Amino acid sequence: MSGFPILSLMLAVPTVAAILCLFVGDRMSRFVALGATLATFVLGCVMWAQFDIGGAQWQFTERADLFGRFQYALGIDGMALMLIMLSVFLMPLCILASWDAIKQRVGLYMAMFLVMETIMIGVFCAQDLLLFYIFFEAGLIPMYFIIGIWGGANRIYAAFKFFLYTLLGSVLMLIAIIAMIHEAGTTDIPTLLVYNFPPEMQIWLWLAFFASLAVKMPMWPVHTWLPDAHVQAPTAGSMILAGVLLKLGAYGFIRFMMPMFPDASAQLMWIVFGLSMIAVVYTSLVALVQSDMKKLIAYSSVAHMAIVTAGLFAFNQQGIEGALIIMLSHGVVSAALFFCVGVIYDRLHTREIDRYGGLAVNMPAYALFFMLFTMASIGLPGTSGFVGEFLSLAGIYEASSWVAFVCTTGIILGAAYMLYLYRRVVFGELTKDDVKAMPDLNPREWAVLAPLAAVALWMGVYPESFLAPMRGDVTTVVARLAPAKPAGDAHLAAGKPKPAKAHGETTHGSSHAGGVQ
Amino acid sequence: MTADLMLIWPELILTIGGLITLMIGTFLGDRQVGLYQLSALLTLAAAAAAVVALFGVETTVFSGTLSVDGFGGFAKLLIYAASFVSILIAPRFFSGTMRAEYPTLILFAALGMGIMASSRDLMTLYVGLELNSLAAYVLASFMRTDDRSSEAGLKYFVLGALASGMLLYGISLLYGFTGTTDFAGIAKVLGGELNIGLIFGIVFVLAGLGFKISAVPFHMWTPDVYEGAPTPVTTFFASAPKVAAMALMTRVVIDAMGPAVGAWQQIIIFLALASIILGAVGAIGQKNIKRLLAYSSINNVGFMLIGLAAGTQQGVEGVLTYLLVYVVTTLGAFLVVLQLRDADGNQIESIPALAGLSQRRPGLAASMAVFMFSLAGIPPLFGFWPKYLVFEAAVNANLVPLAVAGIVASVIGAFYYIAIIKKMYFDDKSDTEIPAGGGVIVEDAVITASALWLSVIGYLFIPVLAVVSASAAAVLF
Repeated sequence: MSGFPILSLMLAVPTVAAILCLFVGDRMSRFVALGATLATFVLGCVMWAQFDIGGAQWQFTERADLFGRFQYALGIDGMALMLIMLSVFLMPLCILASWDAIKQRVGLYMAMFLVMETIMIGVFCAQDLLLFYIFFEAGLIPMYFIIGIWGGANRIYAAFKFFLYTLLGSVLMLIAIIAMIHEAGTTDIPTLLVYNFPPEMQIWLWLAFFASLAVKMPMWPVHTWLPDAHVQAPTAGSMILAGVLLKLGAYGFIRFMMPMFPDASAQLMWIVFGLSMIAVVYTSLVALVQSDMKKLIAYSSVAHMAIVTAGLFAFNQQGIEGALIIMLSHGVVSAALFFCVGVIYDRLHTREIDRYGGLAVNMPAYALFFMLFTMASIGLPGTSGFVGEFLSLAGIYEASSWVAFVCTTGIILGAAYMLYLYRRVVFGELTKDDVKAMPDLNPREWAVLAPLAAVALWMGVYPESFLAPMRGDVTTVVARLAPAKPAGDAHLAAGKPKPAKAHGETTHGSSHAGGVQ
Repeated sequence: MTADLMLIWPELILTIGGLITLMIGTFLGDRQVGLYQLSALLTLAAAAAAVVALFGVETTVFSGTLSVDGFGGFAKLLIYAASFVSILIAPRFFSGTMRAEYPTLILFAALGMGIMASSRDLMTLYVGLELNSLAAYVLASFMRTDDRSSEAGLKYFVLGALASGMLLYGISLLYGFTGTTDFAGIAKVLGGELNIGLIFGIVFVLAGLGFKISAVPFHMWTPDVYEGAPTPVTTFFASAPKVAAMALMTRVVIDAMGPAVGAWQQIIIFLALASIILGAVGAIGQKNIKRLLAYSSINNVGFMLIGLAAGTQQGVEGVLTYLLVYVVTTLGAFLVVLQLRDADGNQIESIPALAGLSQRRPGLAASMAVFMFSLAGIPPLFGFWPKYLVFEAAVNANLVPLAVAGIVASVIGAFYYIAIIKKMYFDDKSDTEIPAGGGVIVEDAVITASALWLSVIGYLFIPVLAVVSASAAAVLF
């Protein structure tokens, strides 16, 4: 909080590096990109270290009246901090993941990734509604290039579909944003967060935002762009798409739709619950029959995101905290899974599950990592997935036991398709000659997988590190939603707990108090 | 009278400068390219300086037929700038066949457009319009020996004459039923009861003007003329006359028809949506980049009309900002097209030949990508901003359905813009070699500057733009 413009610096470093990458040639651009993303990561860590948990809601704020009609206003709360950390953590790994895989037009590729990083940080730290929208939409451009230039065989179809689908969703949000600015007379997000829009207007605004964010999320039935985009994107593109871009939708839900339109959120929560329930079951079943690894993981992403939406709309502390943890966990785990697919794709150049088998024999280290991330995706206790799923399902149960029931089915199905995938790829007889010839992980792949594994375990064993910064913000949102919150059907009654031990409780209580203000 | 003359310096300078340029061509010969180019460019610069000097003056001259105000000044500066660039790029394109008529005609067209933008009377409106149109017909067929150019000129002339006829018919009806040709006088009558004659007058005037801005359904000539005319002329057509016609339309709608909102608003809304949708759908199948840009201009006019349909000062501000950004983008895009020449120096206009351009000419492809994304209105490129402004004006004027329809249709438009980018970036190199251009620094500089401005840098100009466009738009209210 020294007044040093660290967020601007985090936006500037990748931008400058991106321009540099275009001019320094292919070999150098890899190092420039890696250096810049690592530097941004370090800046992120410094920011996390300096973040005052339980302090002001908005920290590291910057404000400059550069654009007249709207402001260059940056600032983060705990949720934004965590998502920025996720982005800057994944970025160097993405660069490493594409170190050898990308051979053509490397400079442009690295530049696009760095631009992507700027945009993602910008989305999460924008404190001005228009600035947010500009960053939000801008993400389409680099992703369009990444899929379209370096993607697979059907990349052009996928790039067009991705671009037009998400654009169609977001333009409606723009109209809603215009109406909000007209109504409230400001573009300042913190002010808008406490502005009470008329309830009948909220419905329309909510629907417009929903149209945009549901596509980004993606929710059933507008998820169809995702499997195409994932399958065709290069490995690192899938990593960033699943890792961070999918979180934009959920971030929009919790940052904008819920606190800004609480009444509409309460009235229309059945839409979210309904679509989430369908998505959890339907996409899990679809995932079960996929023969393409990337497609399978893509569908599993849709299923996970559905639990996130259901958790968010539980309107209570556990549900929202759990949803946020799933977002972070899925960010790490799905990126890792896509990289795992990328590792064997680089060796055999196919994503067909049937072409593999028995990898445990010749690639033991790979099998171990893949196992860890499979378990994290399923939500095995001790991994990051468990914490998020447990919390959010507990929250959902409080809101609606039926939704919780259906979503839990999804988790069982999730175990089914992930374990089935793992069995077919890693176990079984090692019969195919070309598969036999595949070498185990090289040091570069170790360098990508080890940090991802460490974070997945860290989040599973001690989630408090990640929950603490966000708790106050979640409390604020819950308090904002409280007047509109419908009664749940679970009728939970408090038991008679034994007096709690000292551990953790003190920080828990105080940040609650801090958040409510 | 002399006092009036002091207030129309820009027009006087253009008239005299145009005549001087013509004399140079006549007496020193068409070979003196440098000389008459210089004369024309200096004339435009002087006229622009005169406009700037007259900023802040707000009055009417010649018994109220012509106004001198910020709105006209804004439009004139844009028109002169676009004409300036159109003259600048010509010699390289026409190489051996450059003639002094080219800059002269552009100067006279600019004169006519200036009159259009500042007319306050149906008579001056028509005089300005025809002065511009006659020059434009000749310019379209400037390459006499080229079939396509002659065809473009003829087509433009025939359809333009038809539109002028409609306009005149509307003018005569308005005059007949209001008893005046003065905008303010017409507005006074339109504030009362509307009869069928007045409504017919409004419809025909708007139809005639719709032709000039090439709004659907009066757009048919645009793709053919844009394709057939020599590229520098197309550059000119796509930029300056659009500004003049749009400024004129705004003035007529707000100043003359202001009180009869119900009568004109639905026409404008129809023109807007039809232009956006047809401009987008029509562009999809195009194989020629100039035709595609023609449809793109139709599409963009539709967005401007959304701002106009709002009928508020905010809407007019949006229209003016849109015009500025549109002119910069269009000039940049056409300059890129001008640079596309194969190894023999022939112009390349076919879109398939653009395949893999990013590997042959990375800078050029990147600029074109900026222009395309900007025309599509994708943030963070600056083309987003004017679109935002017109939609904001529409929403604030309670035209939410129009805004929603317009913005959803803009996604159709995005399709063909990103298809161009796909050609340049995703596809493998085509067989057509596109060697680096003849090294005209001016062209490169204009392309680079406009591409940079349209990338994020433009946003820094919003405060200035807001003040300028607000003061220009305030004149009409």
